[in-house]
Amino acid sequence: MADNELIWRIAGGSGDGIDSTSQNFAKALMRSGLNVFTHRHYPSRIRGGHTYVEIRASDEVVDSRGDGYNFLLALGDSFARNPKENAYYGNEEVKPLSENLDDLREGGIIIYDSGLLDASEIPDFEERAEENDWHIFDLDLRSMAREHGREVMRNTAGVGATAALLEMDLDEIENLMENAMPEKILEPNLTILHEAYDMMVEDYEFEHDLRIPTGEHDEEQVLISGSNGVAYGALDEGCRFIAGYPMTPWTDVFTIMSQHLPKFGGISEQVEDEIAAAALALGASHAGVKAMSGSSGGGFALMSEPLGLAEMSETPIVLVEAMRAGPSTGLPTKPEQGDLEHILYTSQGDSCRVVFAPGTPQEAYEQTRTAFEMAYDYQIPAIVVIDQKLSGENQNVPESAFDRDPNPSLGPTLTEEQLEDAPHDPSGIFQRFSHDDPEDDGVRPRSLPGQKGGRFLVTGNEHNESGHIEEDPDNRITQMDLRMKKLESIREDLDSDPETSSQTYFGPDEADYGIVTWGSSQGAVREAVERLNDDGQSVKAIGVSDLMPFAEKEVTEFLESVDEALVVEMNATAQFRGLTQRELGQFGEKLTSLLKYDGNPFEPAEVVEGFEIQIAGNEEAPTANTRLEPAVSD
Amino acid sequence: MSAFNAIGEEREIDREEFTPGIEPQPTWCPGCGDFGVLKSLKQALPEVGRTPEETLLVTGIGCSGKLNSYLDAYGFHTIHGRSLPVARAAKLANPGLEVIAAGGDGDGYGIGGNHFMHTARENHDMTYIVFNNEIFGLTKGQTSPTSPKGHKSKTQPSGSAKDPIRPLSLSLTSGASYIARTAAVNPNQAKEILKEAMEHDGFAHVDFLTQCPTWNKDAKQYVPYVDVQESDDYDFDINDRGEAQDMMYEAENVLKDGTVLTGRFYVDEDRPSYQEEKQSLGEMPEEPLAERYFDDDYEWERSYDLLDRHK
Repeated sequence: MADNELIWRIAGGSGDGIDSTSQNFAKALMRSGLNVFTHRHYPSRIRGGHTYVEIRASDEVVDSRGDGYNFLLALGDSFARNPKENAYYGNEEVKPLSENLDDLREGGIIIYDSGLLDASEIPDFEERAEENDWHIFDLDLRSMAREHGREVMRNTAGVGATAALLEMDLDEIENLMENAMPEKILEPNLTILHEAYDMMVEDYEFEHDLRIPTGEHDEEQVLISGSNGVAYGALDEGCRFIAGYPMTPWTDVFTIMSQHLPKFGGISEQVEDEIAAAALALGASHAGVKAMSGSSGGGFALMSEPLGLAEMSETPIVLVEAMRAGPSTGLPTKPEQGDLEHILYTSQGDSCRVVFAPGTPQEAYEQTRTAFEMAYDYQIPAIVVIDQKLSGENQNVPESAFDRDPNPSLGPTLTEEQLEDAPHDPSGIFQRFSHDDPEDDGVRPRSLPGQKGGRFLVTGNEHNESGHIEEDPDNRITQMDLRMKKLESIREDLDSDPETSSQTYFGPDEADYGIVTWGSSQGAVREAVERLNDDGQSVKAIGVSDLMPFAEKEVTEFLESVDEALVVEMNATAQFRGLTQRELGQFGEKLTSLLKYDGNPFEPAEVVEGFEIQIAGNEEAPTANTRLEPAVSD
Repeated sequence: MSAFNAIGEEREIDREEFTPGIEPQPTWCPGCGDFGVLKSLKQALPEVGRTPEETLLVTGIGCSGKLNSYLDAYGFHTIHGRSLPVARAAKLANPGLEVIAAGGDGDGYGIGGNHFMHTARENHDMTYIVFNNEIFGLTKGQTSPTSPKGHKSKTQPSGSAKDPIRPLSLSLTSGASYIARTAAVNPNQAKEILKEAMEHDGFAHVDFLTQCPTWNKDAKQYVPYVDVQESDDYDFDINDRGEAQDMMYEAENVLKDGTVLTGRFYVDEDRPSYQEEKQSLGEMPEEPLAERYFDDDYEWERSYDLLDRHK
């Protein structure tokens, strides 16, 4: 745990401007030199309902939400009320207070809007406050906001009060508001910001210890989400076509791409369903454009047919799978890593695809670029797996991480001059699926419709060298082997430069114990490893991103170097552990799983606790929200 | 120099160019109507002035899906019902291509029905040929969406309880801007209609009646057919939506009695194609997107330009 950190939670109702307020506040913290990480919790409804955003800020690296929090700004929910009957739905009006107390740390601060919330309705509020040494400020933010215009501005008042309590300069917040708000609403917002700030300083005595941490960045930072990372990686890699259908949380990537593609001279298509979306990406790619599509679990299920067609027809495409909790429509706004096997094996026949699971927004950017590179260089579908957590959480990333050249290469395609010398069958058809493998990597260069001398047929059936349907056993074996060979070549390609490895390591080089994780659980694991080593344990961790072709060498080396390992993932059936054992054919007795599938991501303390219980001999279950799945004993 | 020199090439095109030099033995049964589609298409393409190399034929699954094995052009044999989304994206990516999609009545009006509705609605500039033989052929004779009510098959042993799809009416309602019906038994009309369909700037839907001598012996062989444009009995304004709708309704009603009405049913020359609509909104480049990847002078915009908003 970072010693000097602020974890600020702003709670209220969906639609109350919580998101935009917190986004601005997070940026202000980043600009003041801090590392920030934001976590968003929201229900599957448009307005009302209990929602919160947490911003964690520290001078140290933060890449998880942390454990609990130390500052609550409880705004109340302006949409859940039913003014006509002078009643509330349930006791929703106190939810931003009552629902958020469990994780508030000792010595923490609470500001609540006494214009909307009544703490006396929470039976044990005062006892708990005393017990935990909470510092409570009941401010009538609602009246303050009404005085200056609109009620929704009470979140600005809350930010002003927060800044005063933390002894934080208002400059950055003001600058951001000036950039983000039109003149008409800027003035009243600035007024209310200062009024709340001054009121706190003048009218209250501060007895709390929490102050804004100080830090400094070596270089310019940007605050981005995993969805930004994916979208920007795609844009920089020359992707100019996207087709999709809205589904949370994939919609984030789709929206970002749709907003920018036309300006970049590209095309975005919102279509009738996910089958069409993936099929459109195939059609555009076939015609010579870098194309992508994607969805979340349910929509991705529909894409399984076009995905298989991409494998058989050797058409490059990139698909994004932004997981949410399943089965079926599951928990629409909650994360889970439960689609792994679905992503790896869905569609008929043997899987021939590339799968990357980045763990941070920066990795999302880098690995989306790599996914496009592999897809187009090897004429194979590549899938980037993120989840609701990574998709919506924001983190600061150095701007220099984006400073790479664009890559508009379509991979091995022939020019019309090259096509003149390329193999053709006696009828003049280009042998696009030639049995010869020029580079010995399974890839046969393609032509594009509209090129002279490049006519060929492509089909989802097994086909001969010219692309015609062919069921001859020898041809079948040759074509299958060539397609599968691409996976070996990709593995070699990915392994060739350890500097660019997609796997991420934490902790000391040598350690007795290991933690293995994948995708977005990486952040919590990283922090848990630091904490465990600080507490005298000997532990290191690997965050695995290359799922197909599997990072066999790196994971084997890691597991051989430790006595035993804990596999941390957000699902109920230990899917990644299963993949590891399947791919490596060993280590079954070494791997225990720590699983979580309650709809919330891992917090570092849960990983620490799971690890300690496992090392202590698996005697008692970890917290109610996680589960240990023991190693397969022989 | 363009990467796609076959596109827009102006020269005399020999009809035989579309016939593969070594012709694969068609797997269609003797007497199959699909031969008629292939023949008409081979005749129409050169007359439209299209070369094999600027033509992309995208097919679905079924007997009709094999069309591009016997037509020498760029071909993409996709999966059941999905020819339209693949085809329309290829057209958006490279509008210079002559994009034709083809499939059967099961493929196009059944499993791909949703795509049909939406492609028509968007009015993509392409031609869609549906081989309509009122039966599933390649899967051996099951009832299809156009099979008449009461049609008996192994999967509907008591006869179908469903009214057949009305492909022409559905097409009009969905928004297609050129709608015609022709029949394999009338190759001359078919060729003319396919020609018009390809020259039409928008979504052209051709419901192509094809007989299935193997699995649909009971079905009408679409003779005698009546060409609504040639007959004095049918007088309607092909550009008038309401009149076209009535005419289509009648054509679909009388088909079950064995009266085969063919010809053009609706043409809307004024409606902009989807590509034009998108370009007018600034959501699609004027130059073919696919060309850009071969333009060494093109300056690729980067996400770097977007980062300021994240600072």
